[in-house]
Amino acid sequence: MRKKLVVCLLLLVGVHFAQAQNGIIGEKVYKTKCLVCHQADGGGVPNLNAPLDGATNVVGNDIARLVKIIRYGYNERVALDGYYYSNAMTPNPALTTTEIAAVLNYIRNSWSNKAPSVTIAQVQKLLKKK
Amino acid sequence: MKKQLQLIVFGSLLGFSIVHAQENAGLVLPAGFKAQLFAENIGQARHIAITQSGVMFAKLNYPNKKGQSIIRLEDKDKDGLAENITGWANYGGTGIYIRGDNLYASSDDAVYQYKLDANDEVLNASAPNTIIQGLLSRRQHASKSITLDPKGNIYVNIGAYSNACQEKDRTPGSKGMMPCPILDSAGGVWKFDGLKTNQTYVDGKRYATGLRNVIGLDWNTTSNSLFVTQHGRDQLNSFFPALYTNEQNAELPGETMYEVKEGDDCGWPYIYYDPIQKKKIVSPEYGGDGKKEGGNNALDPIVAFPAHMAPMSLLFYKGDQFPAKYKDGAFIAFHGSWNRAPLPQEGYFVAFIPFKGGKPSGDWEIFANGFSGLPADTKVANPRNAKARPCGLAESADGALYVSDDSKGAIFKITFNK
Repeated sequence: MRKKLVVCLLLLVGVHFAQAQNGIIGEKVYKTKCLVCHQADGGGVPNLNAPLDGATNVVGNDIARLVKIIRYGYNERVALDGYYYSNAMTPNPALTTTEIAAVLNYIRNSWSNKAPSVTIAQVQKLLKKK
Repeated sequence: MKKQLQLIVFGSLLGFSIVHAQENAGLVLPAGFKAQLFAENIGQARHIAITQSGVMFAKLNYPNKKGQSIIRLEDKDKDGLAENITGWANYGGTGIYIRGDNLYASSDDAVYQYKLDANDEVLNASAPNTIIQGLLSRRQHASKSITLDPKGNIYVNIGAYSNACQEKDRTPGSKGMMPCPILDSAGGVWKFDGLKTNQTYVDGKRYATGLRNVIGLDWNTTSNSLFVTQHGRDQLNSFFPALYTNEQNAELPGETMYEVKEGDDCGWPYIYYDPIQKKKIVSPEYGGDGKKEGGNNALDPIVAFPAHMAPMSLLFYKGDQFPAKYKDGAFIAFHGSWNRAPLPQEGYFVAFIPFKGGKPSGDWEIFANGFSGLPADTKVANPRNAKARPCGLAESADGALYVSDDSKGAIFKITFNK
């Protein structure tokens, strides 16, 4: 019983630790790769760089598209919530699947955003599919 | 915070807090100047133009819900507020210019001309003359700014659809293309006939090249030449972290003003202007290291402003209402930066630089500040925090200066009382 409790506790701590690590990685990736264009508040720059905070497709369910945009960049005219953003998104070929999952979770759950978690396995699978 | 609250409560009790907050429409101006809100919430108002009798036209970046993108604003009762607001034209764009009874407006790929009647009402709202068509519009830097010279030639900015002419735009490690193929049809200012219809590239002339994106341009009638303000390149630190720190990127390159004559080259994408070293430096995409000089044939800027502030309009002041030092000087509307992040942003103001004999005669200074709506001395951290972002400038016949905001669409009217 006592042993079980310890294992449980350890597991719990482990999960929390992993989540915290994930959060730290996500924030670090955001600050070094994304912040300059999308800004500290995730608000983007009107007409130039798309906002992440409050953006329907950032908190949406099309994870495949988000993963693709982060890895391969984006250079198409597209409307987001009624506005157009003109700057090309920089590709990030060096980001690992762990980092992509972490930064996705960071942008999907920062500022006013709240969205279900994205797993590393999910990202791995999506990148394999291409 | 508590102290602030006490002040507000105390102020409200005395009944001056609301009045105080609205004084000069929230702007900070030199002594003797006053500002008021000529209009509010008209949409993303880019450039503005004003007729001899004082009717204003604003070009919206997006058509409003009524499908109007050219907004006519009239202050019939002369109380300083536009109460008669109408509009037409279902296309977004930036440029607008008035010459006599001709009103010019641009979309991102064409320039149209409308006729105004004696009351400055549009006569051919649904059937304008197409002056120029088929201009390159590839999303980035697609807006077309326009101005005319006294002979009636029209100058159009065709911005480069790129940051630094890399093989792959805004991609780390991607080289600069040599020569830059963008420059044959963009990255410069083109000259066309202001009255001929249906012109395309073949009818125009590349007047000046090597300009990444010019949004502010105006003809100086003293020097009889065109002046332009360029938006300098972004992201030196993002793509070349070994060469540039965040702090260096925040100050590089300078936002530059050029006096351009036919055939001039301002150097983009091969060089950028470093306002600290006061040199033209080879772009890192073209083998630069932050020190190597280049652009021997490229023009030197006539003024260099701090980096990334985004000059949106240039206006030479011709009126007599403002004090003598402003006569013939240049006002520049700075949209405000984003690429200084993670450092605080700059700009979000209207600057002034005095001119004598068609040349700057002193340093630039901030003329109107406070557009962001943040407390004095608070820098904008994120662009969306700014309540208003200066974009267009226009001067009325009586010498008042108008500033448009392309965030929500306020128009500020600035006057001087002797």
